[in-house]
Amino acid sequence: MTTAHISSHAFDMSSLGRIQDNFNLDEEKICLEVKRLNLFYATKQALFNVDMKIPERRVTAFIGPSGCGKSTLLRCFNRMNDLVDSVRIEGQILLKDQDIHRKELKVADLRRTIGMVFQKPNPFPKSIYENVAYGLRIQGINNRKVLDEVVESSLKGAALWDEVKDRLNDNALGLSGGQQQRLVIARAIAIEPEVVLLDEPASALDPISTLKIEELINELKTKYTIVIVTHNMQQAARVSDYTAFMYMGKLIEFDRTDKLFTNPKEKQTEDYITGRYG
Amino acid sequence: MKNWFKSGDPWIWLTASSVSLSLIVVFSLIAVIMVRGLGYFWAATVIEARYEEPNAPPITILGEIYDNEKVLTKRLSKNLQPLANGQESITRSLIKTGNRDLYGLDFKWVLDPVLKDIRYPEKVLVVERREWGNFYGYLQTLKKDKQVIATGEEAWKQLPQYIEQTHQLFKQINRIEKGEMGAINYQLEKLRLKERKLQLQNDTDPQKRATIEEQRQTYHQQSEEYKKHLTDLYQQINRESIVVKEMGGKEVEIPLAKVVSVYRPNSLSFMEKVAFYFAKVWEFMTDDPREANTEGGIFPAIYGTVIMVLMMSLIVTPFGVITAVYLHEYAKQGFLTRTIRIAVNNLAGVPAIVYGVFGLGFFVYFLGGNIDRLFFPEAAPAPMFGTPGLLWASLTLALLTVPVVIVATEEGLSRIPSAIREGSLALGATKAETLWRTILPMASPAMMTGLILAIARAAGEVAPLMLVGVVKLAPSLPLDMNAPFLHLERKFMHLGFHINDLGFQSPNVEAARPLVYATAFLLVLVIIILNLTAIWIRNRLREKYKSLETV
Repeated sequence: MTTAHISSHAFDMSSLGRIQDNFNLDEEKICLEVKRLNLFYATKQALFNVDMKIPERRVTAFIGPSGCGKSTLLRCFNRMNDLVDSVRIEGQILLKDQDIHRKELKVADLRRTIGMVFQKPNPFPKSIYENVAYGLRIQGINNRKVLDEVVESSLKGAALWDEVKDRLNDNALGLSGGQQQRLVIARAIAIEPEVVLLDEPASALDPISTLKIEELINELKTKYTIVIVTHNMQQAARVSDYTAFMYMGKLIEFDRTDKLFTNPKEKQTEDYITGRYG
Repeated sequence: MKNWFKSGDPWIWLTASSVSLSLIVVFSLIAVIMVRGLGYFWAATVIEARYEEPNAPPITILGEIYDNEKVLTKRLSKNLQPLANGQESITRSLIKTGNRDLYGLDFKWVLDPVLKDIRYPEKVLVVERREWGNFYGYLQTLKKDKQVIATGEEAWKQLPQYIEQTHQLFKQINRIEKGEMGAINYQLEKLRLKERKLQLQNDTDPQKRATIEEQRQTYHQQSEEYKKHLTDLYQQINRESIVVKEMGGKEVEIPLAKVVSVYRPNSLSFMEKVAFYFAKVWEFMTDDPREANTEGGIFPAIYGTVIMVLMMSLIVTPFGVITAVYLHEYAKQGFLTRTIRIAVNNLAGVPAIVYGVFGLGFFVYFLGGNIDRLFFPEAAPAPMFGTPGLLWASLTLALLTVPVVIVATEEGLSRIPSAIREGSLALGATKAETLWRTILPMASPAMMTGLILAIARAAGEVAPLMLVGVVKLAPSLPLDMNAPFLHLERKFMHLGFHINDLGFQSPNVEAARPLVYATAFLLVLVIIILNLTAIWIRNRLREKYKSLETV
């Protein structure tokens, strides 16, 4: 994200108009709660004392410059950071008041509850059908009828059904990038998670595909809690209800999206969203 | 000139020429083997000539021109030197005169200048015999029960039908001896082992003894019947014979039972020769060897090679893949894994004969010996597994090729993008599930590459096999119709060793030479076929998981 790019336009607040004025963080049901989270890559600290509450069935966006730790924070929620050998985590993350690091919780079960979609579409080299059914097959569900239903409803949920219903047995790699990304979203919601984490889901896509993904996010929030990392501030403004601004591994400001963009409390936030950064 | 260097053209020429050079070398190698080996099956013309060496009585030469070469006059003995007419060298030919039973040698070197009156008699007969090699001569009479039933041309006309008859009988005899009698002997041996086991266990249950004895009686009875049948067949097969006049004028009687085929090469038309050629090639590929492997076919060797390579593949693939998966996916990357990788790579460089020695010491004597002691005490003192055999040979070769499979599989595993792993893990799959459902299928083309390299190396390896299971002549095939069908403890024949045996151990070097080439060509062919199969499988897998190129 270059400053030149941001400063080239005045921020268009009209896109925030759709947010209802009648909600407030204190009245929301809380889905995920982060308590004094510190994260280290070996000796280098990447997250500093992060405290935040993510409301249920809302879209929460993480924004900030590259390397600010927003993706790292996102990957803490489904413990993807466990895959990195040198990572050490202090503090707590609660999912519905339960610590996600507790011993009796298997990490695979956690990831079934908290799904994730990555920056680059990563369908498996299998058929479209098998991609969506993957999570269910992992859980041992092989009943054809059940799978058929879930595949259809998930693809419909991801607004992809009409485009692929005639070629469910084709290789998923034959789809376009945007379709692949929606397929991956369908794959994630097929196992009915509570939370869907989106890690810059549209950054590798063209504008039309991006638009489709954003519409999809709006639809999904009626059923799922959504956390999205984006470096595109307009996108954050368009799709999210709440926005967190992060800088250098610290959570600078977290508020309703309209408030954060129109009336930021912190000087750093204001600098970033107006493009005066750096 | 400088610009030419800068343009990069010389570099292209250099690389392209090295590629063409390798191709030329490979193709000429195959061409040489093919020409030298496959020419052997062509029905060569037979010459008849008068050979007059100075100070020796003239003799008649009847045979095929096999080879010729120039020899320095100086090397010849004193009384032959004038033949050169002052030339520095002189040409001499190698004639295959056959009739080994009469003259002791199949081949004779003759000096071309004194080979006179060369003729190509139409009626000269070549008799391919089961023993003593070819016979060259003129057909005189056909006899049945010691009575002459036809002479001259009439005999030649009637001969094919009698030969066909004896071939049928021969096949029958062969089937009974190898098939039925072989099965009975196999069962009898099993009974003997059973009885011995009872003895060793001090089991004196008369019931069991009685059953064994009963079974044995039935087998003996069957065996007697077959033996009677065989005597009968032998009598029939030995009734006819032919009388052939050889080049020295002597008449020789050859029983038809000993005849593989008869033909008159000089009167064969081109098409007949082609048909004859393919019949010979077919015989070479499907028959058992005769005459210390210098004649007949090499079927058991082809069979043994293929079975051994397949067994090796079955052992090496899971073993190598599992090792690679642990090294790449589970083991903590550090000093230890680095050391293991270096060790694995070095293992690939250990000379094959060292593996042979290891296989003999560890697999055959230690493992096999202990298996015998524990499970087959009744077979002692004859070893079951404590002797070189198919299983040990396959295991030794598997050990030899496992580094290739490990390295190739690891390469394949590391080429799979991490996005695929993360995608699977994010859907709630455990690491093992991710491996089974996504990673391993996607890495399967790489595993096949490893297997292809392993096959290429294993099929051509001879040195270690000589220690752990390959023999010059195996009495029975490692896979046959007697339960349990696959006999892991049996010794087997192998094309590579067959080449070595023909080339260096054969009593009849000249006769064996073209067979060395023909066998080498077949070995190359077998390896190519095995490899093409593996490549075909790999390409299908690649087609299925082609994401690697796009993601």
